[in-house]
Amino acid sequence: MPIAAGDVTWVEEPQIGVLGRLYLPAIITGLQTTVRHMFMPKVTVEFPEQQPILPPNYRGVHRLNRDEQGRVKCVACYMCSTACPAHCIDIVAAPSPWPDREKYPELFVIDELRCIYCGMCEEACPVDAIELTSLYDLTGLSREEMMFDKEKLLSVFDETVKAGTDPIRTKRGRLSVASEPLTANS
Amino acid sequence: MPEFSLWIAIVTIVVVMGGILTICAYLIYVERKIAAWVQDRIGPNRVGPFGLLQPLADGLKFLLKEDIIPDHVDKLLYLVAPAIAIITALLAFAVVPFGPTNIPAGEPPYEFVIAPGVDIGIVFVFAVTSLTVYAIILGGWSSNNKYSLLGALRSSAQLISYEIPMGMSILGVILLTGSLNLETIIEQQVRHGIWGWNIWYQPLAFLLFLTSVLAECNRLPFDLPEAEQELIGGYHTEYSALKFGMFFLGEYTHVITTSFLLATLFFGGWDFPGVTSVGGLLGIILKLIVFLLKMSSFIVFYMLIRWTLPRFRFDQLMGLAWKVMIPLALLNLVCVMVVKEWDWHPLWLLPVSLLLFVVTAVVAGWWPRPPKRVLTVTRGHERMETAVS
Repeated sequence: MPIAAGDVTWVEEPQIGVLGRLYLPAIITGLQTTVRHMFMPKVTVEFPEQQPILPPNYRGVHRLNRDEQGRVKCVACYMCSTACPAHCIDIVAAPSPWPDREKYPELFVIDELRCIYCGMCEEACPVDAIELTSLYDLTGLSREEMMFDKEKLLSVFDETVKAGTDPIRTKRGRLSVASEPLTANS
Repeated sequence: MPEFSLWIAIVTIVVVMGGILTICAYLIYVERKIAAWVQDRIGPNRVGPFGLLQPLADGLKFLLKEDIIPDHVDKLLYLVAPAIAIITALLAFAVVPFGPTNIPAGEPPYEFVIAPGVDIGIVFVFAVTSLTVYAIILGGWSSNNKYSLLGALRSSAQLISYEIPMGMSILGVILLTGSLNLETIIEQQVRHGIWGWNIWYQPLAFLLFLTSVLAECNRLPFDLPEAEQELIGGYHTEYSALKFGMFFLGEYTHVITTSFLLATLFFGGWDFPGVTSVGGLLGIILKLIVFLLKMSSFIVFYMLIRWTLPRFRFDQLMGLAWKVMIPLALLNLVCVMVVKEWDWHPLWLLPVSLLLFVVTAVVAGWWPRPPKRVLTVTRGHERMETAVS
């Protein structure tokens, strides 16, 4: 389709001028910038002596939360495992030993190496049981070691709560719906 | 002709070669540190206090790395190329003074030059540094690699183009001095103290020489031959370990040699008001320090320029050498010849040089060239196509 003459704009190259063609004034301005940067504060974070400042919603290692009585909050509803794009969560449900819940996870294994740390499980969980903490320097000596089971995940909870780096994040300070004790009316 | 003593020459050679190679290694450290500071980061600071042992780690790495010789290279040329690079770079240093050179007869007969009294000083340096082109061409050709060859060809074109302004810009200084001997050039500048430095009489030549020497050392803004973004590695793509290290050492030795030359030719060498008159051992040490300080400030300047200017495109590079620098060097020489012929005071050259420089910029504006227009097609407010005509 031919281009209409009214749609075309001709833009002239701006003239460089005598001062520009001398090149030296521009080079001197450039050198001033270069030297100024030499004396500006450095942005390097010298790991491991200095730790980076992480944003509050940083997605690191998972943990399983406990409720006020110290029991695991997870009700083995499989929502996190279904939502996970990397299929790294393995749950085996069992009837729970406590009267106010139907199920609890007998086995809860997350393969931390398969995980892509997207946070979908955290978003999917209806009871705020699984959360991603701000621990990022995860190491292990074998692949088996990196498959975190329920105890390990609960221990991550204990450590991060004790360290105060990742406070418990529940909505509006209450446990959410599926974690509330069953009442006679529901 | 000063008397020649074999032992002194050998000791000087050993000390200077050792010194140069160590300074080269530490120049890599300095370059990395300056590069880091300019980019708002800290440079190497893990190996030793403040990273000062980093060159040691780098040297060990180059020595102990696996030396790979690819299968289809021209073996002889492949091995000879880095050798030529480092040999010519170190050989050029033989006539460059690196300390006080006018020690009177009563003192110990020591000259801070490896080969004192060479009357063709400058010409020797230029001749030997021209041989570096061989190293690059042979390295690129023998690598049996398209990109290496392209890098080598570009580099050889760049080097031989910039040798001409390098030599011609110095001719004014040589005419003013009347001798090619580097020690005589320093002496002639020392005679008038700080106002005898050639920078006041030949600022344009200084600028031309500085630019040519940046091109000769293959440093930004003229480092197209080794531009990683364009030619992978250029002529040293196929080299590993120590051979690669030799190319690098050769480049840094050129940087050191040319920094010394700049200090010698334009800034009076070891001269500094107040230091020249000090005699004895203290005077020698002070002059040495002054010379080294001048040299290091040039090196730091080279490194800062690297992070200030963008790289020249190849046609811009060649155009600059042939169309701008050679005519300017010629005109500069003519001005010096006029001043010498009619015995005017050389200080006339200062305004004349500056005038020449500004006139060049003005003339470049009137040089016939069609204006570049950019065609922009817009439909509504969307820019659809852009073409440069």
